[in-house]
Amino acid sequence: MTDQPNNWQRRTFMRQSFLTIPAISAVASVPLSAWAQDDTPPLSEYYPRFFEPQEWAFILAATDRLIPADDNGPGAIAAHVPVFIDQELAGDYGNASDWYMDGPFLSDLPAEFGYQLPHTPAAVYRLGIKATHVYCQRQYGTSFAALDKAQQITVLEALEAGEIDFNALGVADLPSQSFFAFLLQNTKEGFFADPIYGGNRHMAGWKLLGFPGARANFLEWVDQYDRPYPLGPVSLKGLQNR
Amino acid sequence: MTTTKPGVDAVIIGLGWTGSIMGMELTDAGLDVLALERGEDRTKEDFLYPKPADELKYGVRLSMMQRPRQATVTIRRNQNEMAAPQRHWTTFHPGNGVGGAGAHWTGVLYRATPTELSMKRFADETFEPGFLPDNMNIQDYGVTYEELEPHYDFFEKVAGLSGQAGNVQGALIEGGNPFEGPRQNPFPLPPLPRTLTDTLFTDATRKLGWHPYPYPSANVSEAWTNPYGMQLGPCNFCGYCSNYGCLNYSKASPQTCVLDALKRRDNFSYRTQCEVTRIVKSDDGQTVKGVLYTDGDGNEIFQPARLVILAAFPINSVRLLLLSEVGKPYDPVSNTGVVGRNFTYQLTGSVDMYFKRHRFNPFINAGGSGQVIDDFSPDTFDTARHGFIGGAYIYTTQGPSGAIGGVKVPPGSPSWGSEWKANAKAHYGHHMMLGSTGSNMAYRDVYLDLDPTYRDPNGDPLLRMTYDWKENDLKMTQFMGDRMRDIVGELKPDYHTESIKRVGDHFDPSHYQSTHLTGGAIMGTDPNTSVVNRYLQHWDAHNLFVLGASAFPQNMQHNPTGTVAALTYWSAKHIRERYLENPGPLMSAQG
Ligand SMILES: Cc1cc2nc3c(=O)[nH]c(=O)nc-3n(C[C@H](O)[C@H](O)[C@H](O)COP(=O)(O)OP(=O)(O)OC[C@H]3O[C@@H](n4cnc5c(N)ncnc54)[C@H](O)[C@@H]3O)c2cc1C
Ligand code: SF4
Repeated sequence: MTDQPNNWQRRTFMRQSFLTIPAISAVASVPLSAWAQDDTPPLSEYYPRFFEPQEWAFILAATDRLIPADDNGPGAIAAHVPVFIDQELAGDYGNASDWYMDGPFLSDLPAEFGYQLPHTPAAVYRLGIKATHVYCQRQYGTSFAALDKAQQITVLEALEAGEIDFNALGVADLPSQSFFAFLLQNTKEGFFADPIYGGNRHMAGWKLLGFPGARANFLEWVDQYDRPYPLGPVSLKGLQNR
Repeated sequence: MTTTKPGVDAVIIGLGWTGSIMGMELTDAGLDVLALERGEDRTKEDFLYPKPADELKYGVRLSMMQRPRQATVTIRRNQNEMAAPQRHWTTFHPGNGVGGAGAHWTGVLYRATPTELSMKRFADETFEPGFLPDNMNIQDYGVTYEELEPHYDFFEKVAGLSGQAGNVQGALIEGGNPFEGPRQNPFPLPPLPRTLTDTLFTDATRKLGWHPYPYPSANVSEAWTNPYGMQLGPCNFCGYCSNYGCLNYSKASPQTCVLDALKRRDNFSYRTQCEVTRIVKSDDGQTVKGVLYTDGDGNEIFQPARLVILAAFPINSVRLLLLSEVGKPYDPVSNTGVVGRNFTYQLTGSVDMYFKRHRFNPFINAGGSGQVIDDFSPDTFDTARHGFIGGAYIYTTQGPSGAIGGVKVPPGSPSWGSEWKANAKAHYGHHMMLGSTGSNMAYRDVYLDLDPTYRDPNGDPLLRMTYDWKENDLKMTQFMGDRMRDIVGELKPDYHTESIKRVGDHFDPSHYQSTHLTGGAIMGTDPNTSVVNRYLQHWDAHNLFVLGASAFPQNMQHNPTGTVAALTYWSAKHIRERYLENPGPLMSAQG
């Protein structure tokens, strides 16, 4: 487990990150005041609870490819999806604390039987990132995070298609497509779940869709057919992004 | 060491819909009633805004459900396969905690049709001998629609049912469901307001000559005070409904409709985090004498009771009967025994349509809002011509409601990267669904028993489901697929995708189907083919009553809870009026 930064380090970090982020927020289409209450620290200041530094570098790069920032708005990095994944894996979800995890594990059953691997989600990431790392070292002589974007996409596509044989890379009982499925599912969860879980920062995912978050009160809108809903999202904590 | 608690008149296992209702009835009769609930306590305060508006917690991580670690179900498709456990829920979402699945259900509240309760009689009258497959075990409920009608009527008032009646005392009413059984009263409340999907569906199905009507909804349309003095307020289409507790006192649930009234009674008490592990038989061989349970601190306790009410949801109730060795377990090879026999589920299908020209605002929805046709019910058309017995209702409802589960992109397009993101943005809110929810017949080789391999933390075997889709039911589903394509043809979306099972497909538990698990401890009039008699009284132990959809001999097209509740009131009436005065079997076997 990584130690939390002390206050002094924290302040230094904050000053640095303010310095290194120039005018980006002024360019953003949404006025800063709209999320002024959102005091979550920037990603550069986040100390992962679950991921080791090399794993963290993988997660930052991979989620950035899965949901990139582009003309349609912020992506996984600006939305702090890696923070979401880290916190989920450090908690009950990562430990499969609600799941039935007694053996025997019939790992080679057809997919219809649902999840049958012997790993918790946390272990899936630990093993999957490790195997992907070995693969990138053998294939490209460097880590996933150090590859260029096109190469990263090629590796992710190979994971998704189950074309990378983790077994041959020293990781048993984990098809690469299963690892990828967790990564993609959790990335999307981190983009669209309430910001209370660390991702969907500034409700970027909800803004993309036009989803109003926790507003949860629409009676007078039921019969307004074919009209865009006019109000921006609110979060469980009452944050707004107009 | 087992501690013995002071005895009670009645112990109820599980405090969901049926346990709460039976609690009201038996305390009304003056009994001292104790409910034991495995999960945690849950009150309406747990659902105050904005708590439920949390898709990750409730919609994705399923935090209101039974924890598979506590007890899950193993599944195989046939007797030659090894069953594998549901390690986390995919195919159904059983409840846990006070309120049971009733705290997070959707609130579509139906009656059975008169035919569905007497399916065997209907089949004998309708089909040529030899038409139905040999291994199909259709049976009658042993109770008729006329007998249940007053109990449906009462529960609909308890739940503030909103909608449009189609048949009041034999008079058909335009805009309601003309194929429903006659009801003595109109619905307590008018239908919910209509969404865009409702309007499109209604227009299309009318053009096709069918009879659309509003989903009967226990998400109430107006303020309502029920017969227990509990108050419900109008649903605001919050969009966090199915799988969520209601943030608005609008969805009928044990919490909003029954429990506050029940908890005020001095002769009612309940204990949470108390998991019943056995029903204990008496030495006389004709009754049970109480239950064994484990409390939250891990103590084992014997709770003596004169009356035992098993109200634990079908899969849990059947498992408890098997673990307790009450009733003879079903053996599919010799076709003998009853516990676990006639397990059934629900046959569903769906179509998703994309309309560039429409904007549905799918987050504006209520679980029970929607429009339906019953034109293709088991007895409304010539199913024999199409090679099957059974039927389905076809419906639409606005949604999907969440953001995580709400993103849809064109088939064949990437599931990540910039193109996915552009599609997610452009397509969100432009989709409309059609669904079919259909009957499931019972079969000799579809059943429940105890798993030989997998165990729960107490060391007790898990329940094993041997379940597959059969040709008859798949033909029915394909037929409904064709009817949904007719609707697609009217509505002319830009494109549509289908999820419709075909003959030859096998049960796929990796996807959600429904939580309408039925049968396994079925009711009837013959102890050789049923676990409980027509009053839900166990044939082998007259002071044990088994409530819930486990009593259904085969599953109907409509959602189960209306019938589950009506059967509970029906059973309670006979306990109160006859059993308490003269404890013993309420009927003799009618082979
Ligand atoms: C997501 C979802 C949507 C649904 N939508 C609909 C719908 O629209 N319409 C419809 O008709 N039906 C619907 N249902 C089904 C409906 O919820 C059930 O039919 C209804 O709740 C059944 O009532 P019950 O009393 O049998 O079981 P429950 O309400 O589930 O109550 C059973 C209780 O028993 C407890 N229990 C179990 N085992 C033990 C034990 N060993 N010891 C102590 N306690 C125990 C459980 O924790 C639970 O609280 C839905 C279900 C789900 C999950
Ligand atoms: S949609 Fe209506 S009934 Fe359902 S949870 Fe929201 S307010 Fe309650």
